[in-house]
Amino acid sequence: MIFDVDFAKQVGDQRRRFQLSVRFQSAARRTVIYGPSGAGKSLTLQALAGLLTPDSGRIVFRDRKLFDGASGIDVPARSRQFGYVFQDYALFPHLTVRQNVTFGLHRGLTNPRMDADLEPVTRWLRALELVDVAGQYPSELSGGQRQRAALGRALVNGPLALLLDEPFAALDPALRDRMRVELDQLLDEIDVPMVMITHDPQDQEWFGEATLYLLDGAIGQLPVGAPRPLSPRLRVV
Amino acid sequence: MASAWIPLLLSLKVAGWATAINLVLAVGAGFLLARGRFVGRETLDAVMTLPMVMPPTVLGYYLLVLLGRRGWLGSWLNDAFGIDLIFTWQAAVIAAAIVAFPLVLKSARAAFEGVDPQLEKAARVLGLSEWAVFFRVTLPIAWRGILAGVLLAFARALGEFGATIMVAGSIPGRTQTLSVAVYDAVQAGQDSVANFLVLITSITCMAVLLSAGRLVPGRVAR
Repeated sequence: MIFDVDFAKQVGDQRRRFQLSVRFQSAARRTVIYGPSGAGKSLTLQALAGLLTPDSGRIVFRDRKLFDGASGIDVPARSRQFGYVFQDYALFPHLTVRQNVTFGLHRGLTNPRMDADLEPVTRWLRALELVDVAGQYPSELSGGQRQRAALGRALVNGPLALLLDEPFAALDPALRDRMRVELDQLLDEIDVPMVMITHDPQDQEWFGEATLYLLDGAIGQLPVGAPRPLSPRLRVV
Repeated sequence: MASAWIPLLLSLKVAGWATAINLVLAVGAGFLLARGRFVGRETLDAVMTLPMVMPPTVLGYYLLVLLGRRGWLGSWLNDAFGIDLIFTWQAAVIAAAIVAFPLVLKSARAAFEGVDPQLEKAARVLGLSEWAVFFRVTLPIAWRGILAGVLLAFARALGEFGATIMVAGSIPGRTQTLSVAVYDAVQAGQDSVANFLVLITSITCMAVLLSAGRLVPGRVAR
């Protein structure tokens, strides 16, 4: 079992609040959390990464308890060793591509220098075709390049799992198709389990070895044989 | 005319120390206000901004009460260390720091709020401690906005008069800062001295304002 998750979290502000409850187990190499925007998918991914603390429940990754409300375990994000790619990539604007990718390999209080030349970084820059733009800043890159830079930054640390938040949402459709193929090949090569959230049905078809559906404000597995819901409902508290 | 430069040098020393103190305190407070989620946050912000709107002489009076030999803090300093702050340049530093504090605070808070929290989250997931996140992501992105506030605070501290004269007096060579010197010169009818002091003060302030203007709007333009 790769992910064993069962937690609850009340989210929102005074105007709109809802109960997010997530329960799933996945042994799949590729898991897709699928549903419309704004329904809690991002929050689920953040909870897995340790960027959000659930109110109760548990999050277990390969028999390691990352969160357990009952016993007070809450492993901080920096110790979970996951790779995370944000929807708008969250590349550090004040650092070059090379510095961004090197970022996680430096644990001190200073950033990697511009001429830092670590072997894993160069290997990944080459694999992701970013060598030519390695000295440029994120604002100077195209959408596809930024996505690859964000991927490189997440992967260079050798993460135990890869968490992707709508990785193709910011790209135009033609580029999306191409990047899906590239990501597919990349995942085959690195052999790291992946959880992706998306509202794009094509992403779900492509990567959904196991798919979790948003259903009635809760994320869970669809019972075998049940029809796919056409319009997932959101329960508002 | 050599002695006419002394008030400038003294003002620079006092303003320099006051700004250095504020750099640490107000930036720290600005970060707490920007990122903290606690009850009474805005009230705390308002209290810390008070010195900006209070009449300087009123502020000076409060300081006098606090730091004077019979004051709450002053008596303790006197008994424990034999220190008497009133009429010293250190008192001038305290006065200048307090009046300039809100300027750094406001800039720092705004600058930190302008840093996308997602960037800090990304840094956390990549394995960084909270201090590393602050020094490697938050501060580098916010520093230009903070610096603009620091320069304004320096200019404010440079010209401080009301609170300074209350707690530090006007002792030539010791606590007679620029604004105080101008006042004294005018009172004594020394027009040429006054003119000179006013001129160098104006030039210094213009220089500081122009530098601050080049840094605002505070974001890294990349």
